[in-house]
Amino acid sequence: MNALRELWQSLTDSLEKLGAVIQFLLRLIANSPRALMRFDLISQQIFNCGALSLVIIMLSGVFVGMVLGLQGYDLLQRFGSEEALGEAAAIGLVKELGPVVTALLFAGRAGTALASELGLMRATDQISAMEMMAVDPIQRVVVPRFLGGVIAMPLLAAVFSVIGIFGAQLVGVQFKGVDAGSFWSQMRASVTLADVNMGIVKSLVFGVACSLIAVYQGYYATPTAEGVGRATTYTVVTSAVVILFLDYLITAAFL
Amino acid sequence: MGKSRTLNLGTGTFVLLGFAALFFLTTQTTSRGLPFMSPPHYDLTAKFDNVGDLKVGSPVSMSGVEIGRVTKIDFDQSDYKAVVVLRVNAKYNQIPTDSDASIYTQGLLGGKFIGLTAGGADTYLKDKDQIDFTQSAFVLESMIGQLLANFTKSKADAADATPAPAPAPTDSKAAGKPKAAEKAK
Repeated sequence: MNALRELWQSLTDSLEKLGAVIQFLLRLIANSPRALMRFDLISQQIFNCGALSLVIIMLSGVFVGMVLGLQGYDLLQRFGSEEALGEAAAIGLVKELGPVVTALLFAGRAGTALASELGLMRATDQISAMEMMAVDPIQRVVVPRFLGGVIAMPLLAAVFSVIGIFGAQLVGVQFKGVDAGSFWSQMRASVTLADVNMGIVKSLVFGVACSLIAVYQGYYATPTAEGVGRATTYTVVTSAVVILFLDYLITAAFL
Repeated sequence: MGKSRTLNLGTGTFVLLGFAALFFLTTQTTSRGLPFMSPPHYDLTAKFDNVGDLKVGSPVSMSGVEIGRVTKIDFDQSDYKAVVVLRVNAKYNQIPTDSDASIYTQGLLGGKFIGLTAGGADTYLKDKDQIDFTQSAFVLESMIGQLLANFTKSKADAADATPAPAPAPTDSKAAGKPKAAEKAK
């Protein structure tokens, strides 16, 4: 009986949390138009979330692309159709790996930074101070960070995919000797604009999810050193699970 | 002031890079590609009965060396043939006019490419010329169909042949049989 009650308790708790996150999202969206007026704040966050994540995104992109090139070549040459490597790598990157891996890296690089920054602001009473000065912290601090992440994420995913395709090209064409013309022509013949759009939609949704989780965790962090630490951990863990779950949903909806 | 300048510069570079990547994805990996500058070249056309799954961008090769690319595949309604435009690098400008073009397959399931075999003429192909001697793509399905047809035919022939070494009186009957078998087909 006690166990049942505890289960019920944890269920309602998580539902309550989900509701709170959704409400927080609506609040952010409601505040977005006015925050867009001060674009310099958003631009700064695009720099923090995007430009600073660029190096890790590009490095990972090269290696993911190279692995795809190697694995794809090994598999395809068994059927004597190595030329399909460009197609396989491009579709894999644009539709799936680009958005998902970028989002996971984004959660690790930018999400944790956002969460710990906001959590520290909370812990050091900076947020309360703003409230006291009649500055809305949501609009001044949270929304620019959220929008910066949402804008940066699709761009990062696109960079990842392009770099990955060149990585696959490097291994396939330069190392393994697949014909460069066939590599690109088969890719062009089979990748459609719908595939690219699917990747963009995915990365946009992941951007919203990652940024939302990060700012929520940071903004409502327990104002202690431990609380900030927990907020960062939860940001990464929740983001990863939510990204993979949403990925399945979007793929199922598109296919 | 200096700090905000580098910050804006970084943001601008990042956004530009991101949009460049998006542009690359939409134009260079899909079939809506924009033709970027290409080395000097000239165009040849060739008409095929069947191009199979030859694609725009497939290589054009001679003796196994790539000398150009397919830039356009169209259908000619007047003689029901596929018209393929080959863009050949300008440095390969001594291809005899009576060369022939065939469509080959790379590997078992690989893409198609066009192979040119040099002829013996003294005149060379120029821009907008047409290659007259062509050989269509090898289409696996029709090949299998032909094979099956041959197979059943030879089987029928074999069935006809067995009663042939029969006693002399039935000779006339055996001679009449292949005709009937052929009719049945």
